[in-house]
Amino acid sequence: MQDKSNVMDAALRVAITGGTSGLGLALVREFLARGAEVAFVARGAERVDRVAEEQPGAHGISGDVSARDDIHPIALQIAGELGGLDVLINNASDLGPTPLALLGDTDCADFERALATNVLGPFRLTKALLGALTASARESGSALVLNISSDAATNAYPGWGAYGASKAALLHLTRIWNEELAPTGVHCMSLDPGDMDTPMHALAVQDSDPATLKRPETAAREVADAITAALARCVPAGATAGGRR
Amino acid sequence: MIPASQPTQRSPDARLLVIDRYGRITHMRRTSFDGLLGPGDLVVANDATALPASLQGVHSPTGCALEVRLAGRRSLDETSDFTAVIFGAGDFHSRTEDRPAPPRLNPGDRLRLGPLSATVERLLDHARLVDLHLDGPADTIWAGLARHGRPIQYAYLPVPLELWDAWSPVAGRPVAFEAPSAGFALDWRAVEGIRSRGATFATLTHTAGISSTSDFELDRRLPFDEPYRISKSTASAVESARTRGSRIIAIGTTVVRALEHAASRDGRVHAGDGLATQRIGPESQLRVVDAILSGVHEPGTSHHQLLRAFADDATLRRAGEELDAMGYRTHEFGDSVLIERKR
Repeated sequence: MQDKSNVMDAALRVAITGGTSGLGLALVREFLARGAEVAFVARGAERVDRVAEEQPGAHGISGDVSARDDIHPIALQIAGELGGLDVLINNASDLGPTPLALLGDTDCADFERALATNVLGPFRLTKALLGALTASARESGSALVLNISSDAATNAYPGWGAYGASKAALLHLTRIWNEELAPTGVHCMSLDPGDMDTPMHALAVQDSDPATLKRPETAAREVADAITAALARCVPAGATAGGRR
Repeated sequence: MIPASQPTQRSPDARLLVIDRYGRITHMRRTSFDGLLGPGDLVVANDATALPASLQGVHSPTGCALEVRLAGRRSLDETSDFTAVIFGAGDFHSRTEDRPAPPRLNPGDRLRLGPLSATVERLLDHARLVDLHLDGPADTIWAGLARHGRPIQYAYLPVPLELWDAWSPVAGRPVAFEAPSAGFALDWRAVEGIRSRGATFATLTHTAGISSTSDFELDRRLPFDEPYRISKSTASAVESARTRGSRIIAIGTTVVRALEHAASRDGRVHAGDGLATQRIGPESQLRVVDAILSGVHEPGTSHHQLLRAFADDATLRRAGEELDAMGYRTHEFGDSVLIERKR
């Protein structure tokens, strides 16, 4: 039997949803640059193929995280192509109505889509991948789910009702799951990357000055640093903290 | 015994027949399984997810419809080359013996399997059994399997099995050909229950193969050789449990097969990759596993054969009579048995 001791030193396996634009694409590039094995998910098959071509080594997966029937095919490809999973970043988000609308003017269908993308999608995908994530945590000490949050999750901004309420639900889901998963070594965290110069921000705030916004590359670097720090912190005493990746 | 008729992994009224080390039989609710555990015990499950290994397609040279069931691989990391069982037109609704024979296959024949294409590499020593090469890069194969493949279906279930039906809570890497279904007994509450008893939960990854093809000649060869991987943390949990003299409880026959194979060289369970080739039966001397949690299997199957390593035939016969009398449900989505090795 050959010894697989190199498993511990293998590249970090990271999956990113909404990976073909904005922060998601910047995260794909950032983690590839850091030597991670990266899979990304997005709806448009053509865009997925294009990004996969531009980013050699990245595994492109087309699927819609807001669609229930897409979740297990997506999870199958993530866990299959990466051979397991250490980090899941639920980044894909939906603004709700665009242009943004007062709650009284918000169509139910727009609210439901925001909930499906921002709450149910991350819930279902995380649940489907929990076996892979806990296996990673048992093997190397820790694994991580990062849910991308927003200041709209905690502040009551008029016009951001569907988005803000769904992100508030995601924030709370993350906190509860983090408590429940603590004994397994899987850490769940939320991060608000700030206002960024991305297609989604342009949809929400049409007259903003890009010069005042954070570049997604900068936010991606901060997110990746936070993940690295969290994984190192999670590794229990006795495990090979530095040996991982 | 009656087959479970719905693909419900954890029926709230699922039952557990327990045979202790003295051959005594008791019955309990399966959700109370953790009550049998004590401090130091080690529970080991198989964390492999089932591939959607059933692929409908067409034999390009003849245009005949067929079904391919991926059934074996050389290693966990293999994505292109599989041993496969070929069925004629039709699906799980008809019994294998009622389906037309697959078209005559030749090496080099091309198969169209939805978005995937494959080549017959070589014929093996049975008309249904071939080595198959799936074309294209690994990501294309994964996408094709995810979109077009279905879990291997069970004729006893009236509804088609979806990917999530065969996906247990602890399932991780998709490398098995059928779900390691003993693990259906586990949810996260059960894993917490194991910990709360002072026991440890660990997993290994074993590419559980097909359980039956309804082809007598082929079924006699089951199980095929099955690759597995044991992580360092699991190997060390097993070795420290053995050093302490604590019990090791395997969730399913695949875990028994992997652990016993891993210990077959020098008696110690080493971390790493292996290929389980052995058959476990009444003659086998178990070196690692003290108890098995398993589905309810009928005598004659390779699964049942393995249980004979844990208890003598008279005890298993008595248990079989009680399973029958009390209407236990068999098969993947049925009730469970826990058998402690006789001392």
